[in-house]
Amino acid sequence: MTSYQFIWFLLIGVLFSGFFFLEGFDFGIGMAVRFFAKNRDERDTVIQTIGPHWDGNEVWLITAGGAMFASFPMWYASLFSGYYIVLFLILVALIFRGVSFEFRANMRTDTWRNFWEWASTLGSFFAAFLFGMMFTSMIQGVPIDKNGDIFGSFTTYVNWFSIVGGVAVSLLCFIHGLNFLRLKTSGELRARAEKWSKILYPVLLAGEVVFVILLYLTTDFFARKPMSTWAILIALVIFTLAAWWGAQSSHDWASFIASGLSLISVVVLIFNGLFPRVMIATNNANSILIKNASSSPYTLHLMTILTFTILPIVLVYFIWSYWVFYKRIKSPKQVA
Amino acid sequence: MLNVGLSMLGLSRFQFAMTTVFHFFFVPFSIGLAFIVAIMETCYVVTKDDTYKNMTKFWGKIFLYSFAVGVVTGIIQEFQFGMNWSDYSRFMGDIFGAPLAIEALAAFFMESTFIGLWMFTWDRFNKVVHCLFIWLTAFGSTLSALWILAANSFMQNPVGYAMNAAQHKVEMTSFSAVIMNRQLWNEFPHVIFGAFLTAAFVVAGCSAWRLLKKDHENFYRKSMKLTLIVGLIACLGSVWSGDTQTRYLINNQPMKFAAMEGLWKNSTQKGNWSVIQGTKNHKTTWSIEVPYALNILGHHSLKGTFKGQQQVNKELKAKYNKNGQTRNYYVPTRTLFYSFRIMAVSAGLFALVAIVGLWFNRKKSQSIMRQRWFLYLMGLMVWLPFIVNTCGWFVTEFGRYPWVVYGLLTIADAVSPTSTVASLLFTNIVYFLIFASLGAVMIILSHRVLKQGPDSVLTDGYSSKPQESDKKVDPYEMGAAHND
Repeated sequence: MTSYQFIWFLLIGVLFSGFFFLEGFDFGIGMAVRFFAKNRDERDTVIQTIGPHWDGNEVWLITAGGAMFASFPMWYASLFSGYYIVLFLILVALIFRGVSFEFRANMRTDTWRNFWEWASTLGSFFAAFLFGMMFTSMIQGVPIDKNGDIFGSFTTYVNWFSIVGGVAVSLLCFIHGLNFLRLKTSGELRARAEKWSKILYPVLLAGEVVFVILLYLTTDFFARKPMSTWAILIALVIFTLAAWWGAQSSHDWASFIASGLSLISVVVLIFNGLFPRVMIATNNANSILIKNASSSPYTLHLMTILTFTILPIVLVYFIWSYWVFYKRIKSPKQVA
Repeated sequence: MLNVGLSMLGLSRFQFAMTTVFHFFFVPFSIGLAFIVAIMETCYVVTKDDTYKNMTKFWGKIFLYSFAVGVVTGIIQEFQFGMNWSDYSRFMGDIFGAPLAIEALAAFFMESTFIGLWMFTWDRFNKVVHCLFIWLTAFGSTLSALWILAANSFMQNPVGYAMNAAQHKVEMTSFSAVIMNRQLWNEFPHVIFGAFLTAAFVVAGCSAWRLLKKDHENFYRKSMKLTLIVGLIACLGSVWSGDTQTRYLINNQPMKFAAMEGLWKNSTQKGNWSVIQGTKNHKTTWSIEVPYALNILGHHSLKGTFKGQQQVNKELKAKYNKNGQTRNYYVPTRTLFYSFRIMAVSAGLFALVAIVGLWFNRKKSQSIMRQRWFLYLMGLMVWLPFIVNTCGWFVTEFGRYPWVVYGLLTIADAVSPTSTVASLLFTNIVYFLIFASLGAVMIILSHRVLKQGPDSVLTDGYSSKPQESDKKVDPYEMGAAHND
C-alpha cells in the first residue's frame, strides 16, 4: 500500500463522515416534517431550517461517490453494482425528498401538501435506513467472485444485523435533526425537540448495545482489531451520553456536536474495521484490498493536488454560508 | 440495431438513455436560465428598474424548479456508472473518475451553496453582492458541464492514456491532454450555446403565451426582447460550434459523419447532399439531393470527397477485428441522419423567429401584439429546444456504436456482470413512472407560476403560505392556519 492509497482511503472516510454529519441532520429534519411537527406552520419552520443547506449537504455524497470512483474504481464498481437494488431505492428516496421542499411550497390543496410532506419524511427515513443497512451488511462479508462482482442473495442484504444497523442510523439521524432544530428554532418547537431528544436517547442507547452484540457476532472486527474497535465503540457511547446530557441541561450546541460525532464514529468504526481491505468477501481470498483497488499513482497524485487545493476554498464558502444563516428562525407566531 | 429488447444489455442501455435524456432536459435549461436570470438581475442592479427585479424573481422561480429536478436526477447519473456499468468503471475509473470528482468538488459545491444564498437572502445583502450569488451559481453550473464533457470527450476520442493490458484498464498519462482534448473544445461550446438557446426560447415562448392573453404587456415584452437577443446569439454560436464539431468528425469518427449525411458509398466530386433519403440493406434506395452542398458544408469548398459508410466499415474491420471476428461497425444511420437534420432545420427556425420577433417587438411598435400567429408559433416552440438537445446526444452517442470508449471498449463489455433482466425491468419501470410524474409536476407548476403572473408576491424560500392569488382557491387552508 502506497501513501497515496492510504491518504485516499482516509479521504473517502472523511467525505463520508462529512456526508453523515451534514446530511444526517438533513435526513432528521426531513423525518421531523411529519413525525415531529404538528401543523403546517411548524412544518414551514422545520423545512426553513435546512432550506439553504440541503442541496450543499447532498453534494458531500456526490463528492464521496465521485472520489471513490476516481481513487478506488474497483471498490466503486463492486460496491455499486453489488448493491444495485439497495442503491436504486436510495436514489428513489433521495429524488422524492429532494424535490419535496420545492414542490410542497407550491401545492394548492392540503392533500398534495401532505403528499410532498410525506415524500420528504419517508424519503429521508428510507435514505438513512438504507444507507445504514448497506454499510452494516457490507462489513459482515459478502459473496465476491474473482472479478470482484458480488452475487448476493436476499439475506446478504437483509439480515438481523443490517436491519438493526438501518434502524440505528435512521434513529441517530432523526435525533441529530432534532438537535439541529434546537439550535435553529426557538419557543415551543425548540422545547419540544428537547423533550423528544430526552425520551429518544435511552432508546438509542439500547439500540447501540444490540448493535455491538451483533457486530461481535457477525463481523471479524473484534477478532482482527479488538483495541481500536472497542475504543471507537466507547467513543460512540460517550458521544451519545454527552448528547443526552446536553438535552437534559439545555446545552444545544453540545448535543448537536455530540450527535454529529456519534454519526462520524459509526463511519470511523466501519473504515477502521475494513482496513486494509475495502470490501470483505466471505471467501477471504477474494476480499478487495486497498493496494489492488486503486487508480494509478499518476491519477492519485493528480487528485491529491487538486483536492488539497480546491477543498479548502470550498470549505471557506461552505462554512460561511452556514454563518450567514446562523440566526434562529422565528416561528410565524413570534413574527406576528 | 438499437437492440432494446428484453436482454440485460438492451435494458441497461435503455435505462441509461432514459435517465440521461431526462436529466438533460433540465441541465441545459438550468444552465441557460441561470445566466438569463443573472443578466436580468444585473440589469436591475444597473438600471434600478423594478421590472427587472420582478423578472429576476419570476423567472428565477421556474429556474429553481428545474434546478431541483436537475439535482435529483443528476445523482442517478453518477451512481449508475457503478451500478449498471461496473466493468466500464473498472476499465475507465482511472480517467473517468477524476473529472467526475472534480466536477463535484469544484462545481457542485459552488452552485449548491450560492443558489442557497441567492434564494434566501433577498434584502439581506446589498444588490451587487446578491447579484454575485446568481452569477456564481451560473458559473458553477457551467464548470460542471465542462468537467462532465471532459469525461465524455475521452469516451469519444481517447487521448493522454496508456493501456494496462494485464489489468485490462486504461491509465491516465497526461491530465493536460485529457483537458485539452480537441473533442472537448468542440463539444463544450456547442453544449453551452445549446443551453443558452434552450432557456432563451423557453422564456420567450412562455412570454408569447402570456402576451396572447394580453397579460402584463410591458413585463413580458421586456422578457421576450432580452431572451430573443440571447437566443439569437446562442443560435449563431450553436451553428458555428456545430459546424466545427461536425467537420472534426470527418477524420476523427468518419462513421458518425457518413451516417449523419447518409453516405453509404463514397461521395463524388459533385458533392451531392441528400435532404431526405430512404435506406435499406446499407444502401441508399432514393434521395432528394442538392449538388455541391455536401462539399460546402463539410469542406467549406466546392471540391472534395467523403468516405461512405461501406468504405469506413471496411477500414474499421481491418483495424479492429482480430482473429477472424466478423463484427460490423455500422451505426443506427436513420437515427443519426434525421437527428442531424432536425438540429439543422431547427437552428434555421430559431434564428428566423428570433430576428422576426425582435423586429415585431421594437419599442414603440405594437405589431407583436397584432401578430397572433407569430405568438402562437413562438409559444409552441417552447418544446423544440428539448427535442433538439436530445437529437444532439443521439448523434453523439449512437454515432460511436459499438464502442463505449472509442476503439477501446465495446458497450457489450461495459455492462455489470451482476445485472439481471428482472432487476433491470423493475428499475426501468420505476424510473419511467418517476420521470413521467416529475415531468408532469414540473409542467403543472411552471404553468401555475405563469398564470399567477409577475404580480404574485413571490415569497422567498419554502413557505407553504398561500400566495395572494391563491386565497380564493383554498379557503380551508387559511382557516386551518388561523385555528392553530
